[in-house]
Order: sequence, then structure tokens, then C-alpha cells
Amino acid sequence: MGAQTPYNELLPHLFRQEYAKMTAVLCRHFGLKHLETAEDIASDTFLKASEHWAVHGIPENPQAWLYTVAKNKARDYFRHRTVFETQVRDRLSPGEAEQVPVIVFDRHLIADSQLAMILAVCNPANARESQIALALQVLCGFSVAEIANAFLTKPETIKKRLQRARKNLREDNFRIEPLSETEVASRLDTVLKTLYLLFNEGYFSGTGNRLVRKELCSEAVRLALVLTEHPCTDTPQTNALLALMCFQSSRLEARTDDKGETILFEEQDRSLWDEALIRRGNYFLVNATNGGEVSRYHLEAAIAYWHTTPTDGDKWRYILTLYDQLVLLDASPLTAWNRIFALAMVHGKEKAIAEAEKTKATDSRFYHALLGFLYAGKDRDRAIAHYKQAIALTPSLPERMTLTKAIKRLKRT
Amino acid sequence: MKEFALIFRLKDMADFKPSPEQMQERMNWLAGIAAQNKLADKGNTLLPAPGSAKTVQTDRTVTDGPFTEIKEFISGYIVVKAESIDEAVHMAKGNPIFEQVGGTIEVREVLKRD
Repeated sequence: MGAQTPYNELLPHLFRQEYAKMTAVLCRHFGLKHLETAEDIASDTFLKASEHWAVHGIPENPQAWLYTVAKNKARDYFRHRTVFETQVRDRLSPGEAEQVPVIVFDRHLIADSQLAMILAVCNPANARESQIALALQVLCGFSVAEIANAFLTKPETIKKRLQRARKNLREDNFRIEPLSETEVASRLDTVLKTLYLLFNEGYFSGTGNRLVRKELCSEAVRLALVLTEHPCTDTPQTNALLALMCFQSSRLEARTDDKGETILFEEQDRSLWDEALIRRGNYFLVNATNGGEVSRYHLEAAIAYWHTTPTDGDKWRYILTLYDQLVLLDASPLTAWNRIFALAMVHGKEKAIAEAEKTKATDSRFYHALLGFLYAGKDRDRAIAHYKQAIALTPSLPERMTLTKAIKRLKRT
Repeated sequence: MKEFALIFRLKDMADFKPSPEQMQERMNWLAGIAAQNKLADKGNTLLPAPGSAKTVQTDRTVTDGPFTEIKEFISGYIVVKAESIDEAVHMAKGNPIFEQVGGTIEVREVLKRD
């Protein structure tokens, strides 16, 4: 990030990177009850940056500049505001009232605070959807509009959801303090699920612009990495989830074109796959085998692994075995469809068609998209008819474009 | 499903330090086993360097390293899950070490006590 970067380009980027960290560290001092205060201070800091940098240019170390300002603002807040008056003064003798806590923003404390924040946001007091909405907002600095976009709902709905979630947190009077190992363990499941959904939102969602989606993915990876830095959250499951994210991320560049259209796996330019990420994925996948536990993340990571090795002749056989295990853990229809796809690759389209049609799920877009694929090259008209039904049932624009492309291709044959 | 230890042996101390590329190939092979849910234990690498390797003989004298008695030294092990020893052998055959530096892999069924 050179000094030449105009401040109005650098600032949004820094906002995404630093806002959440700043809030997390501040919350550690104020308690989650005062999440809004922490957010106000963080927002104020960025406001000041936009004003100051416009006039004086970008400082040499923008991060350090931001943290110094945040630190000062927090100190002022402690000197003047009511939290200090009402909640701290009573407990202190008059002579100590001048004491102002020192807030340090070092790398370690940031990681610690963020971990605490993730665990706090994944408070079972809130419904899962609210947890994710809150995570997007608090941990990733997303606006209400962006979250609504990600959830395919109206901003109003999200606003209400967030208000309720925040109220719950306030009433639960949750303080960010060291949780016991059992507490951490009991929340880790939700935390991993949240990060998993966060990542998927970025990876699969048909909405939102490409840059935002990529940031979602890298944010999820970054937070998962924070989990591996702490012994009590560095579990086989965490490693498996990270492996999955690394393998998927390795194809981020290759899977959409400049217009945002999805490029099918078989047509991706493999030179765009990120080898370094695949290697990271391998590392985490091997780490995840400690303990003999097999979670859905293990299975999905393993499937993703095979997709990074296009040359292995046994690839689809392995993938099918993994899907066979995954359907037992995760009954979602999408998993079932993916399994039938793998079945087609191993045992041929006939068998897969029989299995797909047995489900009679004629109101599912995946059902029709899959049958469109399976009938292609067998029964062209039938394939097209299925693709058309899939298009009619699909809300996602990129997905519709992909299906339309498939029809066009069939018509050419 | 049975478990088998794959025990790696190298001939030359110089081969013990693989290049980053060799390391990647080995890691990829290992991840491939993990991705079949067949890695029971990722095992350990055993340091062969002087100061890290000694052998206690029958008469309790101590010699340096494992080097005096055998031509090869054990460099590490992993444990895999497999239906049969043939499947475990098949996995071992895929290890890039044979192309890279040579050496051997001994496949041994783990005795399950219960």
C-alpha cells in the first residue's frame, strides 16, 4: 500500500480490515453490554481519518495512526462518560477515580479479543440467523444493506433481527472475559458453523459484488486462523474447516469471469488456481486427522481436496464414498444432489437418473438442473425441458445464466 | 477396518532434508490419504542427527544413532486405515519418496488389543 494510494481508496479497505479488530479490543474493555460505545469510537476514528487524511495525506503507518486515535478516543471516553461514573466509580475509592485503563492494540491482544468476540457473538441466547447477521456486522464491518443482500431479505428485516440480537446480548449482560474451557468447547460448534456459513455466503451466494464476496471468504479464513492460534479452539474440526476453506478459496479467481458469471469446474483455467492455498489446505487437512474424529467439515474438506487433484483416476470413486458418509451427517438436499452427481461420474448417468427420479422432488431447482445435466447427450429435449424448469425455479442470476448457457450449448448440438 | 503402520527408511542422511518441492509432494500424498479418511495417525518424523539419535544396546552400552548396525535408518512413520495389507501397500506405493530419494517403506499391521 504505497503513499500514492488515494486515501478514499485505502480507507474502505482499512475499514474492513481494522474496524472489527478495533471494536473487539474496545469491547474487551467495555464489556459487550457497551458494544455500541465501542462501535461509536471505532466509527469516529474512521470519520476522523477521512477528514484528516483528505487534508494532510495518508500517514506513514495508517494502521498505527488509526489505533492511536482510537486509543485516545477511548481514553477520553473513560474520563468523561457515564459508564465510568455509574459502574466503576462506586467500586473505586475516591482517590482512584482518576485511573484510566490503558488500551493496547498489539497483535496478540487483537487476536485474543477477536476470539472472545466471536465466542460472544455466537451466544446461544440468539437464534442462529441472528448470530450470523451479528457476526457479519460486528466481526466484518458489514452494513445492514450488505447483510440484507447476503440473506436475500429486506434491510428492515435485518435491522430488526440485529436490534433483537443486540438487545439479547445486553440483557444477557455478557462480558467479554475468559470463558472456561467447557464454555468455549460448547460454543465452538456454533462458532465453526457461523464461519462456515460466512464463508459459503461469500463463496456461493449469487448476490453482492465480487469484491465483497471475496472479502467475506478471506474474513472467514482469517477468523478461523485466529481459532487455530488458541489451544482450546485448535481442534480437528477447526482444522478441517480451515482446510475446506483453503481448498475452496484456491479456486476463487478461476470460478467467475470478469462479468461475474460462474465458470463451471471443468472449464476453469487451472493456472488460476492458487497453489499456495492448496498447500495450506493439505497442511490443515493432515492436522485435522488427529483424534480420529470425522465431522462434516472433514468430509467436505476431503471432497474439496479431490477437486484440487484433477488427474487422479480414482477421484470420483473417493468423492462418492465421502458423499455417502456426508449424507448420513447432513441430510440437506444439496448434499443429496451432489452425491447423485458423483454417482453419475462413477456408475454412469443411467443409474444416477434412476436415483434422481426416485426422489420425485420436482419442485427443486437442483433436481431439474441435475436431470438437465444427466439427460444431456441422451435425450436433448428432455434435458432442455429440465433446464428450463430449473431456470424458472432459480432466484440467483449467475445460476440462471449458467443454466441458460447449458441450454444454448445443447441447442447447438 | 485394520490399521497399518507405514515405516519410512532412508539410506542417506543427506536425503533426510527434503527440498520444499519434495516436501510438498509428500504432503500432497499424505493429504490424499487423509482425504480418504484413511489417515489414522499422521505419525512423526524421527530425527536421525547426532545428538538426537542414540541406541541403548543389550548390555546397556549406548551408541550414537542407529547407524552402526543397519545400513538404513528410520526417518518416520504414519498409521493408515485399510481393509487389507494389500490396500495399505497400494497406498505406500504412491509415496513420492521412491522417485525423490529412494528408501523403503515397511508396512506393518497394528495389533489391536481390546
